[in-house]
Amino acid sequence: MSAKPKLYYFDGRGKMESIRWLLAAAGVEFDEEFLETRDQYEKLLQSGSLLFQQVPMVEMDGMRMVQTRAILSYIAAKYNLYGKDLKERALIDMYVGGTDDLMGFILLFPFLSVEDKEKQRAFIVQKATSRYFPVYEKVLKDHGQDFLVGNNFSWADVHLLESILMVEEKKSDVLSGFPQLQAFKARISSIPTIKKFLEPGSQRKPVPDDKYVETVRRVLCMYYDFKAN
Amino acid sequence: MSQKPRLTYLNGRGRMESIRWLLAAAGVEFEEVYLETKEQYDKLIKDGFLLFQQVPLVEIDGMKMVQTRAIMSYIAGKYNLHGKDLKERALIDMYVEGITDLMQMILMFPFSPPDAKEKNIESIKERATNRYFPVFEKVLKQHGQDFLVGNKFSWADVQLMEAILAVEEKVPAVLSGFPQLQMFKTKMSNVPTIKKFLQPGSPRKPPPDAHYVETVLKIFKK
Repeated sequence: MSAKPKLYYFDGRGKMESIRWLLAAAGVEFDEEFLETRDQYEKLLQSGSLLFQQVPMVEMDGMRMVQTRAILSYIAAKYNLYGKDLKERALIDMYVGGTDDLMGFILLFPFLSVEDKEKQRAFIVQKATSRYFPVYEKVLKDHGQDFLVGNNFSWADVHLLESILMVEEKKSDVLSGFPQLQAFKARISSIPTIKKFLEPGSQRKPVPDDKYVETVRRVLCMYYDFKAN
Repeated sequence: MSQKPRLTYLNGRGRMESIRWLLAAAGVEFEEVYLETKEQYDKLIKDGFLLFQQVPLVEIDGMKMVQTRAIMSYIAGKYNLHGKDLKERALIDMYVEGITDLMQMILMFPFSPPDAKEKNIESIKERATNRYFPVFEKVLKQHGQDFLVGNKFSWADVQLMEAILAVEEKVPAVLSGFPQLQMFKTKMSNVPTIKKFLQPGSPRKPPPDAHYVETVLKIFKK
């Protein structure tokens, strides 16, 4: 019997959140070890568990996997969320690339100054509504199916839902011009594994707060400021 | 008969260079369309070629592919450069992603202000010699094989070779503490498709110069 995957990261979203989403969507239970002190991180470094000295790190199937994209690709393929052939995989990779870029703007948000946060919020909403959401709106409208690729639930659907909810946290009515995405959001949210993940008590992490930022800065000795896009 | 893949990008390295390397390594001939003006770029967007309004764009097998990683994964998968099973693929992905992080520093370098350039070269040197190269040095030493993964030529080898040469352009003696990587570099240089790509007249692009930077800023100016 194989052990549950174990996730090593801070007790917060960051780059690990997409991995939590995907495992949850696939119905896979997982354990988590939260980095709280610099000491813990240094021990992890010394143990040689972090290939490039970075987290996320996921222990699964006898591997210590690092690099978010590599981890996500592995999970997607293992749990049949990666399309049925190379071309469907290519589509999924393209779509995930887009939502990844969009969520990337949100990733650095907590580490910005107050003034830059306002600027970044506007930037996120502008990019979401003019560059990213129209693409997925059109894909869904054109084929009229429930899922983005191959009429089958995939990583692309999970990633898009995650990004929609994150942008909505910055502007609650951001989906107002996107009827297909509204229907998509309702549909995917009601998939049993996703529904469970969206309920209180799941391993989904809340919006990053000051305590999270403090922890990351302390553990990584990352005291410089990021700039808005 | 299927057509050659067609690459649309600026006439320079940027994010397209890794794709050129991979296609070349796989022995695949390709065509290139060079973006020179903002009008050309705006037209591509208007005509619906660019899914997220961005290049690289690679037209291949009836698809208009964007997103560098998606394109490379497809090419690697199609030409058997992505390992024999899921676990080998995972290793290749980990290695490629790490190398991509290093290459990102080089990608951004031409766009940094003149007074930051020396500091940036130091950062590239530090990351290469303390974080990335030691990993691959160790991998090669431990299994003693010619290639990084599964005793077979893969996307990871191509990406590492590209990165070594790119870093050496900034830090010429960077491989001095890495005997395995020196041997690896020699071996990869002799792989026939790579040897060909390294010869003058190949689609390989030169290091970015002022004209390239100017063109980027002109075309993508908001």
